[in-house]
Amino acid sequence: MENSEKTEVVLLACGSFNPITNMHLRLFELAKDYMNGTGKYRVIKGIISPVGDAYKKKGLIPAHHRVIMAELATKNSKWVEVDTWESLQSEWVETAKVLRHHQEKLEASNCDNRQDSPTLERPGRKRKWTEQRQDFSQKKSPQPKMKGMPEVKLLCGADLLESFGIPSLWKSEDIAQIVGGYGLICITRAGNDAQKFIYESDVLWKHRSNIHLVNEWITNDISSTKIRRALRRGQSIRYLVPDLVQEYIEKHNLYSSESEDRNAGVILAPLQRNTEEAKS
Amino acid sequence: MKSPIPVVLLACGSFNPITNMHLRMFEVARDYLHQTGVYQVIKGIISPVNDNYGKKDLVAAHHRVAMARLALQTSDWIQVDSWESEQAQWMETVKVLRHHRSELLRSLPQMEGPGDKALSLAPAAVPELKLLCGADVLKTFQTPNLWKDEHIQEIVEKFGLVCVGRAGHDPKGYILESPILRRYQRNIHLAREPVQNEISATYIRRALGQGQSVKYLLPDAVITYIKDHKLYTRDSP
Repeated sequence: MENSEKTEVVLLACGSFNPITNMHLRLFELAKDYMNGTGKYRVIKGIISPVGDAYKKKGLIPAHHRVIMAELATKNSKWVEVDTWESLQSEWVETAKVLRHHQEKLEASNCDNRQDSPTLERPGRKRKWTEQRQDFSQKKSPQPKMKGMPEVKLLCGADLLESFGIPSLWKSEDIAQIVGGYGLICITRAGNDAQKFIYESDVLWKHRSNIHLVNEWITNDISSTKIRRALRRGQSIRYLVPDLVQEYIEKHNLYSSESEDRNAGVILAPLQRNTEEAKS
Repeated sequence: MKSPIPVVLLACGSFNPITNMHLRMFEVARDYLHQTGVYQVIKGIISPVNDNYGKKDLVAAHHRVAMARLALQTSDWIQVDSWESEQAQWMETVKVLRHHRSELLRSLPQMEGPGDKALSLAPAAVPELKLLCGADVLKTFQTPNLWKDEHIQEIVEKFGLVCVGRAGHDPKGYILESPILRRYQRNIHLAREPVQNEISATYIRRALGQGQSVKYLLPDAVITYIKDHKLYTRDSP
């Protein structure tokens, strides 16, 4: 198939990135190889979107540190970049909305390119413009799939997929929107229950053709939780996170038992919001 | 408190190519030994095996040494040693250990100064050389004809073993099943890797052969070297 006939895909990973690890970076590499290997897609970009502080997760350190670490980690990547929009919002933003933001931003910039507008080609200008623009494009009906437009898809690990089953964590319409409107690329361990999980959920099963399960054949358990634990115990995290990230963590002494107590006893923003909405 | 015993860790293997997991093994072992309060790790040595080892898919030693050197550019305590790879023949691990111990001892008198009367005051400063390996190596001690019993005995009796856990391996079980290992188990240190990440070189070679990304599984500098020299392509020698 010619490149021009392939659907261009932008991979979006949402999460705490507290801190970013080599495992997060591997998800992108595996997903890109897989999608390109189908012959139907061409991955053109990866976006890392660290969650805002209002998410209120236990142990979550300030977003600016998490953003800088993600930027350091992707410094040597030609195709993965960090986007701060989500982290700069004062309220926690649903993942479905983050997807919408990036899809609209893509469409806007794609239109710009087609019109070949000279003012918008100037570096540094583009971002501001698209950010203003999204205010009045927000009321558009969701996902009018334009032909030839790149598609934003959510990239995640099996843990995110399975979190769809946690009560009040996700709105059911958001899940339908994510898998139906955008699509999911989920990296799972060989022999994992992801397939069964999809089978047991009506909404996931309905949109199963939009859920790409990618097998990871080697154990890669570099979770941020384990990294923080090792740091609190004074153990080395070298070769588990990029060197620049490790240096940044040490320089700013980011993770300690105090930082782990941040938001202790606070209800996670999605749980708080979704429970309130259910009551009203 | 007694001053800690200095330790040098030696890892033997193919390093075909070196991966982040090999590098992690050193970090985990050092953390473990330091937490015992008894040891102070002063150096790590990576010794890539000789070409005559005859293992399938083994690329030339000078490449494996160069890749290890690139991977260790940013480490301030681990080094590559090419002595083993430069010998005319493959040699048993115990002989590599003997060589490095004699090198270590040879470098000692210089540190203490010639004819110094204080010489006898610091006998504890003689570093111990220990073999560093993954739990999978401990298992190979049971494979018939792979190791000579007297070599296993010399390794655990005269040197010592630091063994880093791997998923699917039961190092304690391996020790209990082997009379020699059981006898010298105080010389065998089992360090647990708190963060499982299995990056086998076999997997890396396969991924490279299939044209898939191996980024973040081994240092960028090593990946660049592999690409530049077209190593591990499907039809590589």
